[in-house]
Amino acid sequence: MQIYLPIAEVSVNAFLLLGLGGIVGVLSGMFGVGGGFLMTPLLFFIGIPPAVAVATEANQIVASSFSGVLAHFKRKTVDFRMGTVLLIGGLIGAALGVQLFNTLKAAGQVDLLVKLCYVIFLGVIGTLMFFESLRAIRRSKTASVPIRKKHNWIHALPFKMKFRTSGLYISVIPPIIVGICVGILAAIMGVGGGFIMVPAMIYLLGMPTKVVIGTSLFQIIFVTAFTTLMHATTNYTVDMALAVLLLIGGVVGAQIGTRIGVKMKAEQLRILLALMVLAVCGKLALDLLLQPSELYNLGDGGHG
Amino acid sequence: MIRALILFLVIALPAYGETVVSGLSQNRVAITANFDGSEILLFGAVKRDAPPPDANPLNVIITVEGPSEPVTVRRKSKRFGIWVNTDSVQVDAAPTFYAVATTGPFEDILNSTEDLRYKISIPRVIRSVGAPMTITDAAAFSTALIRIRTSKGLYQMNPGTVRLDEETLFRTSVALPSNLTEGDYKARIFLLRGGNVVDAHETAIDVRKVGLERWLFSLAHEKPLIYGLLSLFIAIVAGWGASAVFRYIRA
Repeated sequence: MQIYLPIAEVSVNAFLLLGLGGIVGVLSGMFGVGGGFLMTPLLFFIGIPPAVAVATEANQIVASSFSGVLAHFKRKTVDFRMGTVLLIGGLIGAALGVQLFNTLKAAGQVDLLVKLCYVIFLGVIGTLMFFESLRAIRRSKTASVPIRKKHNWIHALPFKMKFRTSGLYISVIPPIIVGICVGILAAIMGVGGGFIMVPAMIYLLGMPTKVVIGTSLFQIIFVTAFTTLMHATTNYTVDMALAVLLLIGGVVGAQIGTRIGVKMKAEQLRILLALMVLAVCGKLALDLLLQPSELYNLGDGGHG
Repeated sequence: MIRALILFLVIALPAYGETVVSGLSQNRVAITANFDGSEILLFGAVKRDAPPPDANPLNVIITVEGPSEPVTVRRKSKRFGIWVNTDSVQVDAAPTFYAVATTGPFEDILNSTEDLRYKISIPRVIRSVGAPMTITDAAAFSTALIRIRTSKGLYQMNPGTVRLDEETLFRTSVALPSNLTEGDYKARIFLLRGGNVVDAHETAIDVRKVGLERWLFSLAHEKPLIYGLLSLFIAIVAGWGASAVFRYIRA
C-alpha cells in the first residue's frame, strides 16, 4: 500500500515504514538507544529528504523512548536525579547544536561533517565497547571476584551530589558535560544520542548497566521533544504521516525489545550493541572512502 | 463529458492557417494520501481553413511542465582520501517536473532556433545564468541535473509517443511520478512543419494536495508550533498506548 507523505512529498510503501519502525523499535527497547543512528540513514535510503528524515526521526524517538521508559518506571530502573541533571545539559546542548548546524550549513559542508562525526563517534565507541564487553565476559567466566570501582579524577571534582538509585556520590559536572555533548549530537545528527550516552554513563560515570538504559531513555524523551519543536517551528520539516507510521511500528517493537533486554545479560547486550554500532560505522566510512557512482547531487536553492 | 473539457484557442497563424484544438483528460491532479502517480491524457485536433500543404509533414510536440525552482548542483571529488562536495553550481530555475512527447525524433522535427525561442527541449527549459569563475566545465553540472532527475522519472523525453492520425487528430499520455511536487503545471502543444513552430497552445493543470494531506501541510506551515505540539502529543499517546496494551496482554 503506497502512501503519499505530505511534507516529504514522496510516495512510499506504508508496510515498509511499519517494518522499519518495528525493527528499530526492538533495538531501541533492548539497548536503550533511540535507534536514530540506524533509522535516519535507513530513511535516506528509501528516498526521504534528509532534512525531513532528521526532524521526523526526532519525533519518532520521543514515542519509542516514552514507550520504553514506562517499562523501566515499573521496574524502578530510572535514576530521575541523574536523568534531570543530564537533561539540563541536554537542552543546553540541543540549543547550541542548532546554532552550530546553521553555521555549518552556511559554510556548505554540513553533510560531510555530520558523516565524519558519525564515523568517528561510532568507530571509537563501538571498538571500546566491543573489547570492554569481551573482557567482561571472559572475566565472568574465569573468576567471579567483583572488582572495586576505581577512584579517578571524576571523584575530585566539586559540586558533589548523591544519586541514590545509581549508588553514586559524584560531581554534577561530568553528567552535565555528557548531557551537553548528547544534546549537540541530537540536534546535528537527528539521533537520540543513546549510543553516546549509554557508554558514557557506564564507563565515565560508573553507573550500573540496568539503571543506565531507563535513565538514558528518560533524558532522550525530553531532548528529542525539544529538537522536534525546534525543527517544526523553524524548518517545517516534521512529517506527521511519516512519524505516525514509524512510531506505530516503533512503539510495538520497543515493548518487545524491552522484554528481550530483561532476559539477556548486560555483557551480551553490550557486545551486540557494539557490533551494531561498528556495522553502521563501516557502512558510512565506505560511503566516504569509495568513489560514489553519482558524483553530483542536488540541493535546495538558496546558496550553498 | 470530453467536449466540456475541450478548450478552444483562437490564435491563428496566417502562414499555414493551422491551429490547435486541444483537451485534457483532467485539468486537476489531486494528491491524496494514497497518491501513487497518475497519468494524464492529452489530446486534440488540428483546425485548418485550407487543405494541408504537401511540402512538409505535420509534427506535434507536447510538453508538461511543473513549477520552476532554483537548484544547487554539487560535485564530489577526492580530498584527503575521502569524497567531499567541492564544487557547486547554482541553477536559477529548473522545473520540478518536465515531460516532452513528440511524434518523431526530436532533432528531426524541430530546428534549434525554434527550440531556443520556445524553450522546448529539456536543456533549454532549465535556466542557468552562469557558473562561478572557478568552474570550467559548467555544462557537466546541468547535464548531471538532467541525468539525476531523469533517473527519478521527473524529466522525460519520449520521442514517438504522440500518435497523429490523418494529420488532424493527435493524442498522448504523460505519466506523473509518485514523487510529484504540488503547484501550477502547464501543458504546451506545438504544431510543427519543416522544423518550425506553426502554432502553440498552452493549458494549465492544477496539481494540489487534498484532504488530510492538505490539512497537515497547511497546519505545518501556518501554525508550526501547534503542529509540533500535536506531533509530540501523538508520539506520547502512541508510546503510552503501546505500553498499556502490552501490560494488558501480559496480565
